[in-house]
Parts: sequence; C-alpha cells; structure tokens
Amino acid sequence: MIRVTSEPFDIAAEICALTDGRTDVGAVVSFTGLVRDLSQDVAGEAAISAMTLEHYPGMTERALEAIETEARDRWPLTGVTIVHRYGRLEPGDQIVLVVTASAHRRAAFEAADFLMDYLKTRAPFWKREETPEGSVWVEARAHDDAAADRWRSEH
Amino acid sequence: MRLLYFAWVRERIGRGEETMPRPEGATTVSALMDILSAASPGHAAAFADRDRVKVAVNQVFVAHEHEVHDADEIAFFPPVTGG
Repeated sequence: MIRVTSEPFDIAAEICALTDGRTDVGAVVSFTGLVRDLSQDVAGEAAISAMTLEHYPGMTERALEAIETEARDRWPLTGVTIVHRYGRLEPGDQIVLVVTASAHRRAAFEAADFLMDYLKTRAPFWKREETPEGSVWVEARAHDDAAADRWRSEH
Repeated sequence: MRLLYFAWVRERIGRGEETMPRPEGATTVSALMDILSAASPGHAAAFADRDRVKVAVNQVFVAHEHEVHDADEIAFFPPVTGG
C-alpha cells in the first residue's frame, strides 16, 4: 500500500492495519525517517530550519508501487506499507514510513532495508534545505547508490 | 510533447512545465536536450552537466539515448533525494 501525502502519519495505526484480523503474520518491521536539525552536507554540518520536499505527482506513486512489487517478488510478505510526505517539514517531523509484514522476521527486516535503499535512489522526490546561509538543494549521495546496488548481486 | 522540470532544473529553466510539438531532429532525449539548449540559455544552464540530469519518459526512468515521440511526457530532474 502506497501513500504520498503532505500529512503526518500514525505509525501504530499503519502497523495495526497490517496485522488486524490476521493470525498468519509473525513479524512486523517498521522504519521511520525523520527530519534532523543538521544538514547532510559533509563540509561542516549546517543547522537546518526547514526542509521542503518536491515530488513528481503520478510518477511518485508509480515508482513506489514498482518498488513494493519488487519487494513482494523477492520476499514472502503478507503486507507492505510505504508512506512518503512532501511539502515543507521542520526538524523532528516525519518524512517517510516503511512497514513490512511476514510470517517470519528475516523477510520483514530485509524487505524493509531493501525498500528504503530503493526508495532513496528511485523515488522522484527532491529535498531543499533552509540553512542560515540560504536555501540549498540536497545532493544525491554515492553512499545511497552503493546501498541500492548491493541488492542487485544478492538476488 | 509535455516537458516537466523539477528542483534546480526547473529553477534554471524558469518554469515547471511546457508543451510543444516535437522539434525536428529531436529523436532521442539527448538530441532534445541539445536542441532546447541551443534555443534557450536557461535550458543550456539546466542541461550543462548531463551526468546530473536524470530523465523519465511517461513516468519511467530512461537513459539519454531513449527515443522520444510526439505524445510523450518527458521529465528532467536532478538525481533523486527522497526518503
């Protein structure tokens, strides 16, 4: 289940949505991404006062659905939820939620890890940070591409 | 063709979208970028470093050699930074 929204999400409710009324789920894993107060810029972390997420309506949902489909193909999952926010966010705010459910924990943990690595390199969002020096577009990081690449050889 | 621009690509061009007939000679994404850059300094600035320009045709990521057609939706943007 994919949701792209400007609104905050309720982590507990999203977890319950994957387990309520079911007795075949043995494991639920969730990851929450939050806005930190320091920029990811390597050259002396600058404090950020806000972060704005831009996205490509239409492609965003489609890309996240493709990532979910790939996770379901690779692991035996009973449920997947991805919620990703857009718009102006402040330090401490939620950005993204990934929840995976399965009969056993290995699939749930690995799929959640995979979904985040793929989401960070394939979902059409762009972050702009407001710092004391002005507004800057966050640069994509080689670290994230490397993280996504490792899933290719492990298939 | 419907062209969409995001993030600093949009800022350098000065608009988020435009619609136009496919220019003559614009058979691939790369050729389209060449033609747009020749006609507009904003497009030239946005497409200056091709390594930093990612493209989606009809909402699917493609390489710059990908062919483009008259009714395509073509989006240009920096490497993504979501999550």
